[in-house]
Amino acid sequence: MAYQMATPAHSAHGAPRAHPSWSPYDNNGGTCVAVAGQDYCVVAASTRMSTGFSILKRDSSLFLQLSDQLVIVTAGFQADSRTLHKTLQTRYVQYQFAHRRPMSVGAMAQLLGNTLYYKRFFPYYTFNLCAGLDAEGKGAVYTYDAVGSHERVGFSCQGSGKDLIQPVLDNQLKAASPLVLPPEEWMTSLPLAEAVDLVKDAFVSAGERDIYTGDAVEILIITKEGTRKEVIPLKKD
Amino acid sequence: MVASGPFDFDLCSRNAYLESKGVKPPRLTKTGTTIVGLIFKDGVVLGADTRSTSDTTVADKNCEKIHFIAPNIYCCGAGTAADTENVTGMVSSALELHRYATDRESRVVTAMTMLKSHLFRYQGHVSAALVLGGVDLRGPHLFTVYPHGSTDSLPYATMGSGSLNAMAVFEEGYKEGLDRMGAVKLVARAIRSGIFNDLGSGSNVDVCVITRGKVDYMRNYEYLMDKTVARETPVVYPPGTAPVLKEKRWKINSTRPSEAAAGGSAEAMDVS
Repeated sequence: MAYQMATPAHSAHGAPRAHPSWSPYDNNGGTCVAVAGQDYCVVAASTRMSTGFSILKRDSSLFLQLSDQLVIVTAGFQADSRTLHKTLQTRYVQYQFAHRRPMSVGAMAQLLGNTLYYKRFFPYYTFNLCAGLDAEGKGAVYTYDAVGSHERVGFSCQGSGKDLIQPVLDNQLKAASPLVLPPEEWMTSLPLAEAVDLVKDAFVSAGERDIYTGDAVEILIITKEGTRKEVIPLKKD
Repeated sequence: MVASGPFDFDLCSRNAYLESKGVKPPRLTKTGTTIVGLIFKDGVVLGADTRSTSDTTVADKNCEKIHFIAPNIYCCGAGTAADTENVTGMVSSALELHRYATDRESRVVTAMTMLKSHLFRYQGHVSAALVLGGVDLRGPHLFTVYPHGSTDSLPYATMGSGSLNAMAVFEEGYKEGLDRMGAVKLVARAIRSGIFNDLGSGSNVDVCVITRGKVDYMRNYEYLMDKTVARETPVVYPPGTAPVLKEKRWKINSTRPSEAAAGGSAEAMDVS
């Protein structure tokens, strides 16, 4: 049967507008983490794509790798994530043609914020992190909500395993907000190897308790030399 | 208010009122679950996974879903954990008293009838979905019992959120008159299919083989996966991380309870 609106959008007495009985959204799960260091950025994301109690795919990547210094990682609704990544990839190329220079993390972070807010009243159901190295070569992580509110932070976690991982990162990395006054050190002093170890442990533990986190975790390690990728297997149940 | 049955409904109207005002009711622990059973040449094999979930988090990574009913009858439970545990416990107790009164081995149909009458009375609100299996004087029996009280008698059965995954394996591999080895292998494969493909099921495989006069309950028959990575730089909290605010010491009385009892005048129990 074809879908029909039961009543017109505006009824005479301001009665509530009829809504469709289906949802245009789904949640496909997945967790992502980013940690900014003095001269590196670690970005990681699980690869399971699910719906309800079913697994759709065990090797689905959440990354949009724009260059070897800049990456966006998106959890939430996969269809919206695809659309968003397509738009951002295009805008990234257009920016470089227009300005004749590579796009900075800060510029990309603002563009992502604007792109999300553009759909304020029919949002992309996506939870993003934008990560890379800033102009000084320091790690940069920006964290978002679904409608584009964003902030630069020392580390962040998004997606289905957020409730399990974020408090552990808060405890282990103890970074203050970069906006706090008087200014405090907000970037972790952890050496790269230890940060990667912490991120792996966070995913293995989240995989034990969150049904939407599992199969594998992809880890991107961004330094001034470029981006290195590691894939660590997780439990498949 | 006098309770007229096993449940107290005093707070129903209050809770309905609170819910209408937008108060969220507490989340129940569900055993997301894959449970299965099949009849083979000389008895019944039951199988279950060991994950229990609360919404999308795993509440228990190694729970027991194969419940004792009688020495010759066991029952797999899916649904609300509290319901499956209590409903099997109630029937188990009632059957034990029944055996004292009749001095006969319990029958599987008796257990099935008691379960369905209870579940039907509560119109599906006691959310227990069960696979009941056992061997009695009439041979091996396998039943499925649904939360509303309907039952089926089947040669092979599956229940829970992983029931479709497990049934796919049974439909492909089940034959009449399997031997014990083949039956256990097929059951384990069906449970594994649930564990790996259904997010409500996970962790390990429990198997229970019931034959005439013998039960082989194999807890964690298959232990499937360990953590994939161990921490290279473990977090160590040095002594004094949590400051000591107050200190108090007690002298513990070292007299053993048995010595104390020997001194007193223990009265023999009246068993006349």
